[in-house]
Amino acid sequence: MKNWLMGIAAVGAMLLGTTAADAGRDLDQIKQRGTIRCGVQGPSNPGFGVPNAQGVWEGFNIEICRAVAITIFNDPSKVEFVPVTSQSRFPALTNGEVDILSNNTTWTLTRDTGVNRFNFPAIVFYDGQSVMVPRRLNVTSARQLNGATVCVQPGTTTELNLADFFRQNNITFRPVVIEALDELRRAYDQGRCDVFTNDFAALAAQRTLLTNPRDHVILPERISKEPLGPTIRQGDEELTNIVAWTVFALIDAEEFGITKANVDQIAATNTDPRVRRLLGVEPGMGTAIGAANDGYARAIIKAFGNYGEIFDRWLGPTTPLALERGQNNIWTKGGLLYAPPAR
Amino acid sequence: MSSIDTARERSGQVRFWNDPVKRGLALQAGLIAFLLLVVWAAWSNMMANMSARGLVFGWDYLSRPASFAIGESLISFATTDSYGRALVVGLLNTIRIAVVGIILTTILGIALGVMRLSSNPLLARLVSGYVEVVRNTPLLLQLFLWYAIINSLPGPRQAVHFGPGMYLSNRGMKVPWIEWSPTLWPVIAALAAGLVGILALRRRLIRKRFETGDAPPLWPFALGLLLVPPFIALAVQGFPTTFSVPELQGFNFTGGIELSPEFAALLTGLVLYTAAFVAEIVRGGIQSVYKGQWEAARALGLSSGQLMRLVILPQALRVIIPPMTSQFLNLTKNSSLAVAIGYPDLVHISNTTMNQTGRAVEAILVFASIYLTMSLLTSAAMNWYNAKVAIRER
Repeated sequence: MKNWLMGIAAVGAMLLGTTAADAGRDLDQIKQRGTIRCGVQGPSNPGFGVPNAQGVWEGFNIEICRAVAITIFNDPSKVEFVPVTSQSRFPALTNGEVDILSNNTTWTLTRDTGVNRFNFPAIVFYDGQSVMVPRRLNVTSARQLNGATVCVQPGTTTELNLADFFRQNNITFRPVVIEALDELRRAYDQGRCDVFTNDFAALAAQRTLLTNPRDHVILPERISKEPLGPTIRQGDEELTNIVAWTVFALIDAEEFGITKANVDQIAATNTDPRVRRLLGVEPGMGTAIGAANDGYARAIIKAFGNYGEIFDRWLGPTTPLALERGQNNIWTKGGLLYAPPAR
Repeated sequence: MSSIDTARERSGQVRFWNDPVKRGLALQAGLIAFLLLVVWAAWSNMMANMSARGLVFGWDYLSRPASFAIGESLISFATTDSYGRALVVGLLNTIRIAVVGIILTTILGIALGVMRLSSNPLLARLVSGYVEVVRNTPLLLQLFLWYAIINSLPGPRQAVHFGPGMYLSNRGMKVPWIEWSPTLWPVIAALAAGLVGILALRRRLIRKRFETGDAPPLWPFALGLLLVPPFIALAVQGFPTTFSVPELQGFNFTGGIELSPEFAALLTGLVLYTAAFVAEIVRGGIQSVYKGQWEAARALGLSSGQLMRLVILPQALRVIIPPMTSQFLNLTKNSSLAVAIGYPDLVHISNTTMNQTGRAVEAILVFASIYLTMSLLTSAAMNWYNAKVAIRER
């Protein structure tokens, strides 16, 4: 009898339990819940997102999510970080388990449209796929890798670019495909593969974790374009705006020379109307994008600094990753970072 | 009382809920309707959710080019082949690990089970220690261990050279292999003829034993029948067959046949793990055979090998087969842990497909139904065998 009742209850729940998407748009849900769920690379990706000794997540991707939380809630702590893998990230986003991915996901046509139907509001990191090889192999170009065994993560653009690159150059390779990045790196470290391929920045991060990082060299070629940025579900224009203009605020701040240290002083004294609008001294911009208040950009810069400061803190020359700014510099300094005007 | 009942029955006045047959039918019909309702509700809920998220359900992706590479495959696979072919590659890899795994597990499991009952205390304790350790640690952990051990072999340039053209390195084991040519057809035919000859000889020997009680050994003749005809077939053609011998070329070995580290680690892990369970099942089966059977067999003067082979195991099989079936199914299903160590099995390829195409529901439906089919087929085969060895009660 009890089983019958439970069965009927289960069917009832199934029939009544309508979809989360019907209940309202993503931003409304996030506001209702009081936190934004941010999918990050698990278990960790040095520089981009790692839990510290206290179990608090920190890194480049983490601060992007916290900046979005400031825009929505005026509070950087209103983020729940959910570790996802290269395989689980898209189902997690599609099912609403996370609201935003901040895990070095590449913006591609099929992910933007296709069956995935995601949105890429802004690019936060310009990367390109590279290959790492042990120094003793004396390889100088990826074209010399005919017949090599290559360690690669499944379900990534990396996996597809790799196949394309070898096909295009009429050379062959043998993939070793493991989902868990740690396990894959161990296989490469033990010599199971001749080559480890990933986005350049991610390879630099993985190299720091090898037994002898100095014995491995990342070849200079970039075999693909990898524009990385926060990813959300398609269909919520308001959330798209918030994420895009959060990133643009970081870029604008660097262009205008606004830093964590001088933001208050600049807000009080600067007379440049562009700066005054960005920092909310002249109101209107925050309200326009649906932020918690007009001072959202000021709050973000006060918490984390501008784009350059965030980059330098987690990825720059003083960190183990030691990445150059390169393409990830603002446009006035020869990079690709260019934000539309906030007006 | 009884007179009233019979009177009602006669006049056809029994209510249908008082009739056990009709009541049973009604309940079963209700249950089936309920199950259909559950399935329908789950399906329509899924479709509603998918359309709410703008997802479409369809199989068109199967014919699109996969554009990713697969490490090992029984059939040829290029990156321009379709997702459908990639899935077939994964399925064949799963079948390969399951078939090889089941055969090796059965052999090892039976050997361990018999050893565990050995009168030699050292052997018995050793096996029981093995069984306890292996059964009580997670399989995934064991797979990682085997993979790490195999990967710590020397690199291809320092490969262990353990025989002519045989190399062992962290790229796997490479041995020479026959290069296929049409001249091999007569050899295969000769081999088949030899096997038929062995079967015929066996029947003759059995008949002879029934008639005369004389039991000459089969194996010297069998060995001859197995080796001589293929040899003659080769000799007649002047030994045309060539071998493909592995040699180090650039980064890796080329030629020969390969046992990849991923396959080897998965096979070792699955076989050692499942064999521990099988050993216990075999031990239980043997112990279930009545003591009198042992004593009677010894009284007939059978050697300990004959005793096991002719008297005990055939009877133990009746107890062993049913639980053995579920171990075989476990092995097949556990092979999906291949994902963790990068062996391209069905789940591994499905996961990648899911990720590259976004067709999660379709991909899961595909591999779930394939596993179900494989399990049901294994089960059916084992049930048939079980019916064959079961006691015929008359």
